[in-house]
Amino acid sequence: MAEVPGDDAGLVARLCAGEEAAFALLVDSWSASMLRLARSIVSTEASAAEVVQETWLAVVTSVDRFEGRSSLRTWVYRILVNAAKRRAAQEQRAVPWASLSLADEPTVDPDAFQGADEPYPGHWRSFPEPWPEQATLSREVLQLIREAVERLPAQQRAVITLRDIEGCTGPETCELLDLSEGNQRVLLHRARAAVRREIADYLGKDGER
Amino acid sequence: MNDDDSTCAEVVELVSDYLDGNLPEPEAERVADHLAGCPGCTAYFEQVRATSAGLGKVTTEDLPPDVRTSLLEAFRESRKSQQ
Repeated sequence: MAEVPGDDAGLVARLCAGEEAAFALLVDSWSASMLRLARSIVSTEASAAEVVQETWLAVVTSVDRFEGRSSLRTWVYRILVNAAKRRAAQEQRAVPWASLSLADEPTVDPDAFQGADEPYPGHWRSFPEPWPEQATLSREVLQLIREAVERLPAQQRAVITLRDIEGCTGPETCELLDLSEGNQRVLLHRARAAVRREIADYLGKDGER
Repeated sequence: MNDDDSTCAEVVELVSDYLDGNLPEPEAERVADHLAGCPGCTAYFEQVRATSAGLGKVTTEDLPPDVRTSLLEAFRESRKSQQ
C-alpha cells in the first residue's frame, strides 16, 4: 500500500482546512490499490471505479468526523470494503462473500507424494523443478499472476490482494475484511498455493525457462 | 532422507505461514529442519516465496482521469459549502 508523507493528524487537518493538494495527494497515492481491492470484491472494472469514487466522496463529507482510532488509511479502506460489499450484494455476485471456503483439502496434488505402499509415504515422488532466477518477475508471468488472482474465490482474492499485492500486514487485513487471524492465514496459504500452481504449470509447459 | 518425522505433504501446507514467520516455535523449527534436509520442499518453498514476490510486482491501474477530476471538484464544492 502506498505510503503518504505526513502524519494522519496533519493530513486530516489539511483536508478539513480545504487544502485540495492534500486531497489530491491521497487520491493519487491510494486509488490504484483501492481499485484493485474493490475489484476483488465486485464483479466489474466499472463498478470497482464507482466504489472507489463513492468512497472518496464519503471521505470528503465525513473526514471531519475521523477520530484517529485507526490509521487514516485503514479508515478509508474500511469505507471502501463496506461500499464494495454492499455493491457486491446488489450485484448478487455468484459466490457470496460470506460463504467461507475453507475446505481442508491439500493444496498440492496428493499424487505428487508417495503413497502408503511406497518406500517413503508422504514424501515427494520427484522433486519440484526449481524455477529460473527472477522467473516470476517477467512480463509474461506477471500477466499470468494477475489472471490467476482474478480466478481465485472472492475471499482468497481479497486476502492475497491486500497481503501480497498491497503489502498490508496480517492484522490490517483481518481488520479490513473482518476475518479472524486463522482464517486470514488459511485463505492466504490457499491463494498463494493456487497462484504458484499456475506459474508452475506455465513454466513447466514452456520448458525449463 | 530426513530424520525429522514430518512428511513433505505436511510441510507444503505450512510453508506460507513459515514464510511470514507465523508458525509457533516448535513447528517453525520442525519446518526449518525439514527444509534443510529436503531439496524438494526447499524448491517448493522457494517457489512460494517467488510467487509472493511476483505478486508484489503486479502493477495496479490508475483511477480514470475524469473520475479524478470530478472528485477534486466535489472536494472543492464541499469545502466551499462549509465555509
